[in-house]
Amino acid sequence: MGVRRRTGLFILQVNPILCDGFGHCAELAPELVEIDEWGYPIIRSEPVSLGDTDVYQSARYAERGCPRRALRIQRLNEK
Amino acid sequence: MIASSTLPRLMHDAGSRPLSLAQHEQTFAATTKVGSLVDELDASGLTGRGGAGFPTSVKARFIHDQRSLHKYVVVNAMEGEPASHKDQTLLNAHPHLILDGAEYLAGLVGAKNIAVCVARDNRAGINAMERAIHERARRSLRGPKLDLHTPPQRYVAGEESALTHWLDDNESLPQYRRTRPHVLRIAHAPVLVENAETLANVALIGRFGAAWYRGLGTSISPGSTLVSVSGAVNHPNVMETELGTPIRTILAFADADTDPQAVLLGGYGGSWLSGEHLDVPYCNEELAAFGVSVGAGVLVVLPRKACGIVETQRVVQWMANESARQCGPCAFGLPALADGLNHVARPTRDAKQALQQLEERCATIKGRGACHHPDGVVQFVRSALEVFSKDVARHVQGDACKGSLESRRYATIPQLERAEELIWE
Repeated sequence: MGVRRRTGLFILQVNPILCDGFGHCAELAPELVEIDEWGYPIIRSEPVSLGDTDVYQSARYAERGCPRRALRIQRLNEK
Repeated sequence: MIASSTLPRLMHDAGSRPLSLAQHEQTFAATTKVGSLVDELDASGLTGRGGAGFPTSVKARFIHDQRSLHKYVVVNAMEGEPASHKDQTLLNAHPHLILDGAEYLAGLVGAKNIAVCVARDNRAGINAMERAIHERARRSLRGPKLDLHTPPQRYVAGEESALTHWLDDNESLPQYRRTRPHVLRIAHAPVLVENAETLANVALIGRFGAAWYRGLGTSISPGSTLVSVSGAVNHPNVMETELGTPIRTILAFADADTDPQAVLLGGYGGSWLSGEHLDVPYCNEELAAFGVSVGAGVLVVLPRKACGIVETQRVVQWMANESARQCGPCAFGLPALADGLNHVARPTRDAKQALQQLEERCATIKGRGACHHPDGVVQFVRSALEVFSKDVARHVQGDACKGSLESRRYATIPQLERAEELIWE
């Protein structure tokens, strides 16, 4: 793990082609993900601060817990 | 040389058959080396004619800056829009003009290959292009290598990532691009995808220069464009117009109904424009105020006696069927939109609830696909609900308008195919 950076922003991104609507992300990161009527994730579009440790931790759980590996954390400062 | 302020440009000397290479060079003069084509393109202000209207010079420069031994130029003459016939008209008139433009751009970005893509069902277009490529190959062995490809006839197959993916020996399905701008690749080689009409314009700019090109059109959208007029027209046709011509004038030229209820602009992912605003100039900067764009140059004229909701429902149903079914919001959302519109078009007791759901679903689906197919449909549905709001209100009360009972339809769509019969390879 090493030292975690606490400055900067991140967003969670989903690859809609890979996503099959398992819905694990909404369970693991309810702060970031909502589920639509067909079971596919609607992800909060505004960036979150990396310093927001709880949210970042759930985003990591969601990323790792996705059965299709469709999620990805994108840090906005690196691009 | 064609005078700078006269039409037609692209359709200059267009006969009933495609011009041969010799005839073509007599009409337009042989291509000459240009000092700096990208600067000329910049100065000309040419934008893509495939629908998105992105500046051609920016795109060309972006691919030019990619470091790679091999590059491709892809000629997109797929024309998935059922109401658009401009690329086919161009193929059947001046196939060499398209190829000239492709060779100009290939020289600019440093591409060694040009892939010409014509949809499989467009037999006449394939013949014209095959012959044009053959004529060029016989004349000279220099220059980029020209190849003809025939991807399947699907609406999304003409989307640039789907086209590139197909050329890369795969299915013609749109791809997810995590960041934009994104470099599309065929076997690791960067690809420049341009619409056929854009390339024909590039060929003219390469010959006559940017100042000549700006002889027509407005200062923001210079030049001319091909429009396909269909719907309430005596003869559906394709014609060339100066950008910035009032829409009513275009309709009058096309011998169409000049006092229609509404006009569908851009294509089936475009928007309806109410009949009250028909005096607005046909160019993106003026149309933007009404949330409409020139798009792929489609004009579907809807007369006063027709029902806009029924037309919209049919188109949305076809668009839902043309989805590649890769992304959930598109695969499930578009059929849901079509179903909701059906409840409104042929009023049932669920109509009110369906209308409310339609608006909610539009907001949910928007921007959640890998390509812009669902976004286009959402925009189309939203514009229909706005432009035909009076009719919608009446329909929801259970009082369907007379037009919805008539059998004549104005927006043409190909026959609906069953999902399992759609060909993607």
